[in-house]
Amino acid sequence: MFNVSSFLMSVICAGTPLLFATLGETITEKAGHLNLGVEGMMLMGAAVGFKVAEITKNPLLAVLSAAIAGALGALIYAFLTVTLKANQVVSGLTLAIFGEGLSGYVGSFVKIKVVPDQIKSFFVGRHIPLLGDIPYVGAILFERDLFVYLGYIVVIIAGIYLYKTRTGLNLRAVGENPAAADASGINISLYKYIHILIGGALCGLGGAYMSLVYVGQWTEGITSGQGWIAVALVIFTTWNPYKVILGAYFFGGLSILGLRLQNFKFNVSQDIIDMLPYVATIIVLIVTSMKKSKENAGPAGLSVPYFREDR
Amino acid sequence: MDNNVVIELRNITKTFGSVVANKNINFNVRSGEIHSLLGENGSGKSTLMNVLSGIYAPDSGSIFIRGKEVHFNSPKDSIKMGIGMIYQHFKLVDVFTASENIIMGQKGNLFVNKKKLSLQIREISEKFGLDIDLNKKVYNMSVGEKQNLEILKVLYRGAEILILDEPTAVLTPQETKKLFEIMRNMKKSGCAIVMITHKMDEVLEISDRITVLRKGEAVETVDRNSTSAKELINLMVGRPIDLSVKCVPTDKKTPVLKVENLTVYNEDKAKVLHEVSFELSEGEILGVAGVAGSGQKELCEAIAGLYPVAGGEILYKGESLVGKSPRDIINKGISMSFVPEDRLGMGLVPSMDMVDNMILKDYHTQKGILITRTNARKMAEKLVKTLDISTPGVNYPIRLLSGGNIQKVLLGREIESNPKLLITAYPVRGLDIGVSYTIYDLLNEQKKKGVAILYIGEDLDVLLGLCDRIMVICDGKITGIVDPRKATKEMLGLMMTGKSEKDSEGVNNVD
Amino acid sequence: MIRVTKCTNTTRIQAVIIRLAAVVIALVVSALFILMQNHNPLDVYISMITGAWGKWSMLKATIVDTIPLIITSLGVAIAFKMKFWNIGAEGQAIMGAFFANLMVVQFPGLPGPLTIFLMFIAGIVGGALWAFPPAFFKAKYGANETLFTLMMNYIAMRWIKYLASGPWKDPKANGQNRIAILPENTKLPELFDVHVGWIIALALAVMVYIFLNKTKKGYEIAVIGESENTARYAGMNVRQVVISAVMLSGALAGLMGMIQLSAVSGQLTSDIAGGVGFTAITVAWLAQLSAPGIILVSFLFSTLEQGISYIQSDFNIPLASAKVLQALILFFVLGSEFFIQYRVSFKKNMTSTVGKEGK
Repeated sequence: MFNVSSFLMSVICAGTPLLFATLGETITEKAGHLNLGVEGMMLMGAAVGFKVAEITKNPLLAVLSAAIAGALGALIYAFLTVTLKANQVVSGLTLAIFGEGLSGYVGSFVKIKVVPDQIKSFFVGRHIPLLGDIPYVGAILFERDLFVYLGYIVVIIAGIYLYKTRTGLNLRAVGENPAAADASGINISLYKYIHILIGGALCGLGGAYMSLVYVGQWTEGITSGQGWIAVALVIFTTWNPYKVILGAYFFGGLSILGLRLQNFKFNVSQDIIDMLPYVATIIVLIVTSMKKSKENAGPAGLSVPYFREDR
Repeated sequence: MDNNVVIELRNITKTFGSVVANKNINFNVRSGEIHSLLGENGSGKSTLMNVLSGIYAPDSGSIFIRGKEVHFNSPKDSIKMGIGMIYQHFKLVDVFTASENIIMGQKGNLFVNKKKLSLQIREISEKFGLDIDLNKKVYNMSVGEKQNLEILKVLYRGAEILILDEPTAVLTPQETKKLFEIMRNMKKSGCAIVMITHKMDEVLEISDRITVLRKGEAVETVDRNSTSAKELINLMVGRPIDLSVKCVPTDKKTPVLKVENLTVYNEDKAKVLHEVSFELSEGEILGVAGVAGSGQKELCEAIAGLYPVAGGEILYKGESLVGKSPRDIINKGISMSFVPEDRLGMGLVPSMDMVDNMILKDYHTQKGILITRTNARKMAEKLVKTLDISTPGVNYPIRLLSGGNIQKVLLGREIESNPKLLITAYPVRGLDIGVSYTIYDLLNEQKKKGVAILYIGEDLDVLLGLCDRIMVICDGKITGIVDPRKATKEMLGLMMTGKSEKDSEGVNNVD
Repeated sequence: MIRVTKCTNTTRIQAVIIRLAAVVIALVVSALFILMQNHNPLDVYISMITGAWGKWSMLKATIVDTIPLIITSLGVAIAFKMKFWNIGAEGQAIMGAFFANLMVVQFPGLPGPLTIFLMFIAGIVGGALWAFPPAFFKAKYGANETLFTLMMNYIAMRWIKYLASGPWKDPKANGQNRIAILPENTKLPELFDVHVGWIIALALAVMVYIFLNKTKKGYEIAVIGESENTARYAGMNVRQVVISAVMLSGALAGLMGMIQLSAVSGQLTSDIAGGVGFTAITVAWLAQLSAPGIILVSFLFSTLEQGISYIQSDFNIPLASAKVLQALILFFVLGSEFFIQYRVSFKKNMTSTVGKEGK
């Protein structure tokens, strides 16, 4: 029998790195910047997080360092595209290359084969009282590790932040029409820097989940392209944090579906299934361009550099 | 110092590269006064106001607010001082509602209290007579509503000094009247208002004092009551100018263009032209008056083959143009020229030089796959001479030229093809007076040669002076075609807002 | 206080100098990096150059790496000139290689030259077809081409993986997911000891230069890249030009895929393009879309890569560092654009007196 609930439990874990990365990129894009370097920031988070775990054996330090690594990568991108007004597409792609290289370099100093036990035991599945007792759903959603729960929290905070707070409103203004935001007295550069860095930190966390929990070891290129899926997912979920969580788990699920089905002699190639996220995103791209809905379009100021004294 | 002076700008200088936009300007505004800043396009008015609103930092000079010297590092500083700038090009976020646009950038609690906010905004809007639906999204708003929103935005931030940049550019005469009411209300409650404009009649209607700028310098500040249109124009241009645009009489009257029941839908499936019908003859200038967005753009583009036609006919000397692409039209030997409203966005390629812009419409007639530019170069050099185009050379990117010279390049190219039909949309928009008159002369020259000209314009005085007939369009419908000799601006204004020709006849006062 | 203003009169020479300065700074920064690992940067750099150009065998390897980079960058430049951000060259190359391989599989036993000819055509067609969907939807509906073409890359890669694990799985590969190696007669001939791809690359550079600068189509591409409205006003059939130009871009990438398959690898893998599709983007950008520039920059990039792989073992520098160095150079050049387009001036710090009095 195909164990649906066990499958769903794996889906939550498989989707978590995507969740963090996509949410991070969503926030960056809400600020008006397209950062294609997600894969690079995830890898940096994964490598640095793992190395710090090896040295300190402290889970919190490891996670924190991963976030910082991601944020530092984003800082390079932010400095280039916000202050120096460089081309965002090329800058992001370069960051991806940089991150791949740097993570490989850091990773070459890793001596241990698997994540230290202290980390492993910290991220063991934990049962949440009350919520975890809900039949069926409780076991899937509320008996996971702390990182997964962090994922839930971050999404909810992001949603509330973007749509219910003043600063969130200001951020959206910056991404939609920086000239209007500037004229209203909003500090454009500050908002961009902060949110690009937050985005990077989240991407770093996504990578850390891979190396510290999901796979539990460091290998080069451990994220295997999830950073690119995240970029796609941002569009697929129309820049909406609440939809991001659904999209991430959905695509995460797709990535492990092939293997599961094979146990059932459903010989669907995992490679074909692997194509699905990209195909789905293309469909979304096509459909949204055909409909031209202003509500579901990306921030109008996306990837356009802002210069106040532009005549 | 005058105790009522709220703003004082002393010796403000601002340059952009080699262009001196403001030179040693002195300017002050009192509370409870409407002070107009009058000048031609390019005289430095907007730059000066951007200095005041914190967008630009002056190269030298000082700013005093209520007697204390201040330095603005950003718009935020200016807003803190109670200065509210209402831009010509609205700074609104399309996908936000009215209330979201108002509170953006404001300090306050992390979570927005919607009820309290609505109450506060209502208070202000009622006090000054501003009509607004707080939950409406900006992309659904009309131009007038957007302007009201901009004003409300600024008042909400506690502005006591308001700067309006060309506020009536996109309004009908009636809407302008409403705006002036609002301005008078603000003046009564003690606000200081600066209006930036190039429209002299409005200046004379609403101002208390007027400062004239010319080529970046403040020429003089006068009291409204002690000046006249003649003096103002003198100050603006530096020499007395005969303001009347002459209409050159011709007697060729063979119809060249016949438009019958033209119906056009836009991208959102809205009808933008409703069964439009008119005729245009050789040697005639037919003016088109209307509020921006009434269908003028679509009319021009439909005739030029750039917009899909849903119904009706466009006949050029009896031959139908409907369904033909611009290339078909050229290939058929139909010589039509179109000078679009959007010079750099449609009529020309900004980063290319004059030569590459000359070949834009006829490069495909050259034989083979390669392009030769020798003829185009000759034509460019000729135009520089005949139209007195100021440029470092024909190989200089045209976007670096001034607005007037860019328009000369565009118009020059179109006229060079010796068209029988010439369509021009807002040909003098953004140009200073001297160049504008050159362009009117150019058009009259073409008219004498027998060219049929369709002239879309926004200055009603020019239309009344230049054209043989004026067609008024409102919401895609022709509300009338009048004889300029018998019509008045008020009549045109009423027709522009929907009243038919009959109902507007004989109207001299706007209520 | 730092004041930034736009500057419109930097000359070409100044621009080139600023970019070169950026590269030099990048090299210095990496030198510091190398120094931190207790190696002499000068030794490292010299080794890199000898590793890339020292012996004929090394120079040949560098040239062989340059060829696909030139071809793909030329293709990317055509699209970029039209402001169509073709990030999908990698996928277009892969599909070109796939179609080429398809020819061999479908028509085994044909004489060598004929097979190669078919592969040639197939490579071009494959790349062009793969570029068609993003081109079409951009032209018709304005769909975002950056993301569309990016996604197409990953679909192409997975397609090859699927073939390798399924329909085209090589029975002789000991259970591994591999596609069969192509027969010897599908290999491109050599001229002067290097496969003839080099002639193709140089010829294409000349053709693309003429195409973009001297032909009607090239003019149309430039106009559309600047403003679609203007292009339509001029009577151009924008949709047709966009689609054909992007397909041409894809065709060149596809051609590169075929060349790599035939002359270099002999075996179709999802890695057949080796990341060239992505590197081409940065090369085209760095070379400012100029054909001669592309030749130069491609050669320098390949030198860098060859050099680094050579010194790997000698200096214990992991291959990942090549990426880091490449990225550093690019970061600095990206940043240097700012100094070409803007002028920075420093003014005495005028403290804003605004905050002190409020209203």
